[in-house]
Amino acid sequence: MTAATHIDRRPWTGATRDYDIVKEFVIALVVVTALTLGLAFAFGSPDDTSISLKSWAAAAPSDLVSTAAQELAGTSGVAGYGQPYNTTPDVTQKIGPVDLQKLAGVRIPIDTANDFVIQPLEQLPATSTTTDALAAWKAATPDQQAKWAGDYADAIAAEPDGDYTKVATGDYGPVPALTAALLTAASQGSLDGVLLTRGDVYATNYTLPLLFLADGTYLEDQARAQHLGGDQWGMTNETGAYPGQSWLWLYTFWYQIDPFASSDNADALVWGLMLALTAGLMLIPFIPGLRSIPRWIPIHRLIWRDYYKAQASPKV
Amino acid sequence: MSTDIDPAAPDTVPPAPASHVAESSGSWTGGLRDRWVRTLPPEKLLPDRQPAYVSSWIYVFGVATLAALVVIVASGLVLTLRGPAWWHQSSVGHFVNSVHLWSVELFFMFMVVHLWGKFWMAAWRGRRAMTWITGVVCFLSSVGTAFTGYLIQTNFDSQWISTQAKDGLNSVGIGAWFNVLDVGQMLLFHVALLPLVVGAIVGWHVLLVRRHGVVPPIDAEQYEESAA
Repeated sequence: MTAATHIDRRPWTGATRDYDIVKEFVIALVVVTALTLGLAFAFGSPDDTSISLKSWAAAAPSDLVSTAAQELAGTSGVAGYGQPYNTTPDVTQKIGPVDLQKLAGVRIPIDTANDFVIQPLEQLPATSTTTDALAAWKAATPDQQAKWAGDYADAIAAEPDGDYTKVATGDYGPVPALTAALLTAASQGSLDGVLLTRGDVYATNYTLPLLFLADGTYLEDQARAQHLGGDQWGMTNETGAYPGQSWLWLYTFWYQIDPFASSDNADALVWGLMLALTAGLMLIPFIPGLRSIPRWIPIHRLIWRDYYKAQASPKV
Repeated sequence: MSTDIDPAAPDTVPPAPASHVAESSGSWTGGLRDRWVRTLPPEKLLPDRQPAYVSSWIYVFGVATLAALVVIVASGLVLTLRGPAWWHQSSVGHFVNSVHLWSVELFFMFMVVHLWGKFWMAAWRGRRAMTWITGVVCFLSSVGTAFTGYLIQTNFDSQWISTQAKDGLNSVGIGAWFNVLDVGQMLLFHVALLPLVVGAIVGWHVLLVRRHGVVPPIDAEQYEESAA
């Protein structure tokens, strides 16, 4: 037997049967369409309303004020994120010595104090209090700005339930006035538009409002209540009782176990592992041993049971 | 009999019947037509007979995956007619969105069963490795396309998924160019770029299946030889 004439590689000369590929596809299309329509009629699809900065301000004003103070102090999640938003040192994720996050560079530059608080307030109609607060902020040194905002954020965090209205007296400079003005703008619905458009008319890039929202705790609280947290199998779930992206189960699985669950490099490590596993899946035909598993575990005997049964039967 | 399943060996493609091969005039067009017909003659492209072993429920899942893809594209096209926010405001739009969602769920269910079936059949045998590889790429590109679909729902779900997914993408440098928080970019990826990729890969995959035929059962050689 030579490789060139093996039955796997030559045209089939054994028994054949009638087959109608077009009819098969049409029947499949009709059945799948009916099944889909039935599922859509029976179960519909989830559509939980998005969270605007206005609804955030109404539901959790202290969270918004606290987040704004952290953006001013440079202590928020985005401020300490690193690439692609800024150059905060020693925070990027690595796969061993490889730092792809840092290598990608700052391609979506974000200065949290200016982009989330100062510039939006400058674009909105200002009261004299806001104007004075903005002037005081700009006149201060970066160290002074960070101390004011950091102290204010800490003071809010120290209050029961983080209530910004009960914060202890202290030297917070113009920060309380700035964050109060931002809360007012958010409550009126004007902050959503300002963060989205940044002065333009057309806008489809929601990077700033989404990052600002995600820096708070309100969005995550709502997600965790729906079992969407990263340690709750995240994206394989869906709001309500609907199936989510269940095909991402393996990707999500790694986040549930150590060493990934407790690693500062969890995202990079899981991505690296999934890329390696995906390459392995793709290259199975060329990996000795792995490609022979189907022969060792004879599920093919079940799949082609009619064929094998016919071969075992005595020929008439 | 070898116990290894090696896909790397020259293929023997049967010559097309002479009736299908027109005399090439030497033009690029004629050359392309001749090569196409030699590689994939009509009786291979649209067969009306199959080997007798092509008789199992597992074969249904390949064509069911294709059928679900057609429903996905059709419902997606209807959604594009009125824009990404239509389905929030219209009961008809919401129903079409539901059709889109469930067709995607069925598509992945069918495709995963199809993929596992092909694994247990060692369907890469007989120089069918590229068929397997394009199948895996179909799965991966479909995952990406579905993911971008979740990002452009313009609701709470898309807000949460995008703010979470950015960390994985940023951690390996992809997020710097593929910004999941940019709804405009994700919308165009979902309705234009990725469907083109999925369509092209699926088309290539199906043509490879038609060209090489359905893989024979494992150890069929010994049965067919003894029968002969």
